[in-house]
Amino acid sequence: MQKRTVVKILLIFTLVFTTSNLFAKEAEKEEKGDLKTEINEFIDHHLKDSHDFTLFSDKEANKHYGIPLPIILWDNGLKVFSSSKFHHEETVAEVDGNFYKIYHAKIYKTDAEGTINYDEDHHATNEKPLDFSITKNVVSILLIGLLMLFMFGRLAKSYKKNNGIPTGVGRFLEPLVLFVRDEIAIPNIGEKKYKKYMSFLLTTFFFIWLLNLLGMTPLAVNVTGNIAITFALALITFLITNLTANKNYWGHIFWMPGVPTFMKVVLAPIELLGVFIKPFSLMIRLYANMTAGHVVIMSIIGMMFIFKSWIGSPLSFGLSFALSILELLVAALQAYIFTMLSALYFGMANEEAHH
Amino acid sequence: MEKLINDFSFGLFFWQILLFVGLLLLLRKFAWKPILEAVNNREEGIKNALESAEAAKKEMQNLQADNERILNEARAERDSMLKEARELKESMITDAKSEAQAEADKIVAQAQATIESEKKAAITELKNQVAGISVEIAEKMVRKELADKDKQLELVDSMLGDVTLN
Repeated sequence: MQKRTVVKILLIFTLVFTTSNLFAKEAEKEEKGDLKTEINEFIDHHLKDSHDFTLFSDKEANKHYGIPLPIILWDNGLKVFSSSKFHHEETVAEVDGNFYKIYHAKIYKTDAEGTINYDEDHHATNEKPLDFSITKNVVSILLIGLLMLFMFGRLAKSYKKNNGIPTGVGRFLEPLVLFVRDEIAIPNIGEKKYKKYMSFLLTTFFFIWLLNLLGMTPLAVNVTGNIAITFALALITFLITNLTANKNYWGHIFWMPGVPTFMKVVLAPIELLGVFIKPFSLMIRLYANMTAGHVVIMSIIGMMFIFKSWIGSPLSFGLSFALSILELLVAALQAYIFTMLSALYFGMANEEAHH
Repeated sequence: MEKLINDFSFGLFFWQILLFVGLLLLLRKFAWKPILEAVNNREEGIKNALESAEAAKKEMQNLQADNERILNEARAERDSMLKEARELKESMITDAKSEAQAEADKIVAQAQATIESEKKAAITELKNQVAGISVEIAEKMVRKELADKDKQLELVDSMLGDVTLN
C-alpha cells in the first residue's frame, strides 16, 4: 500500500511540475519551438542515409566530427571525390566544371551558386546524377559483412580444429545457426528441400539482426529502416521464391485446383497479385518497424531536452531506456519474422501436390 | 508511398544487392557449408553412437538371457545327474546287498552240507570203530572162554543146542 501512495505522489508531482513549467516558460515558448524543429530535423536527418560518417557535431562552433566518405557519381562519366568537398552538406562541390549540392540527403546538379529550384510541392526539380556513393549505410553494410565473415568463418574453422565442437564465441553462435535451421527452415520448407535455402536464410537473419542492433548504438545508423535496403532484401526473396517454385505452385496461382472454372478465372489475378504482395509486405514491415522504433526512441530522448525539468527529463530517460530494451527485442524479432516469412514463401513454392 | 519512392536511393539499392549477394556467396563457401556440414556430421555421429549403444544394450540383454538359459540348463543337467547318481547308488547298494545275501546264503548252505557230510563220515567211522572194538572184545572174550577144554565143549554143546535140526 505504501508503495502505491508513493507512486501516486510522484505522479501528482510530475503533473504539477510539468504543467507549472508549461506556464512558467510561456516566455520561452519561442525558443522551445526552435528546439522542437531542431529535434525534428535531427530525427529526420538521422533516419536518412548520409554522405559522410558524422559521429557527433557541435552546432554552435559549427564543427563536425567524423569521417568523410567517397562520393561516386555517374554524370556523363564517372566522378569520384571525397564528401569533405560538400562541407557537411552545406556548400557546393565543384568537380570537373560541374557543381553539385546535397539537399535532403540527395545529390543534385546545380549552378555555381548552388541554387535549387522547387516545384509547387516543394520538391527539388534539379537534375539528379546517378549516385553510387559509398554512404554511411554502405559503410555499415560493409562493416557488418566483414564482422559476419569473421565470426562465422572462425566458427567454421573451429569445427575443424576442435573435432566438431565449437569453441569460444562459436558456442554462442552455433545455437543461433541451429535455431535458424530447426525453427525457421525445417518447419516451413520441409526436411527434404530446406538445404538449398539455408545460405540465404542464415545470411538474411544475421544480416538484418546485426544491422538492427547496429542501429541501436550511438553510431546512429538506420540501415534496415531504409526502403532501398528492405526493397533489395525483399526482391531477393521474391526472386528466389519464384525461380525455385515448382509446377504445383504455379498451378495454384493460375489454375486453382478443386474449385469451379468460374472461380478459377476470378482467383487467378488475385493469386498473381499475392505473388507481389507477399514480398512487398516483407519490405514494408521491416522498414516501418525499424523506422518507427528509431523515431519513437529519438523523440523520447528529445523530450528530455524539451522538458528540462527534474521530473520530466528523468521520466523520459527511464521511458527511453525501457523502450531501448524493447527495441533490442524488436531487432531480433524483425530479423526472425523476415527470415521466417521468407522460409514460409519458399516452403509454399516447394509444396508438393497432395490432392 | 510518395515519400517512400522519394526516399528510395538507387545507389544504395545497387550496393545493397552487390554486397549482400557477395556476402551470401562468401559466407556460403567459408561459413555456412562447413558449419552445417560439421553440425550434421556431429549429429549423425551422435545418432550412430546412440544407435550402436542401443544395439550393444540389446546384445547384452541377449547375452544375459543366453547366459541365464545356459545356466538354467546346466543346473537342470546337474540336478538330473545328481538324481541319476543317487539312483545308481541306491540300486548298487541294493544289488550289493542282495548279492551278499545270496553269497552268504550259499556259504551257509555249503557249510551246512559240509557239516552234514562230515557228520555222516564221523558217524560211519565211529560205527566202524565201535564194530572193530566190539569184535576185538568178542575175540578176547572168546579167547579167554576157550582157554580150557570144558568150556569149549560147553560152548559147542550150547551152540549145537541152538542149532536144532529143524
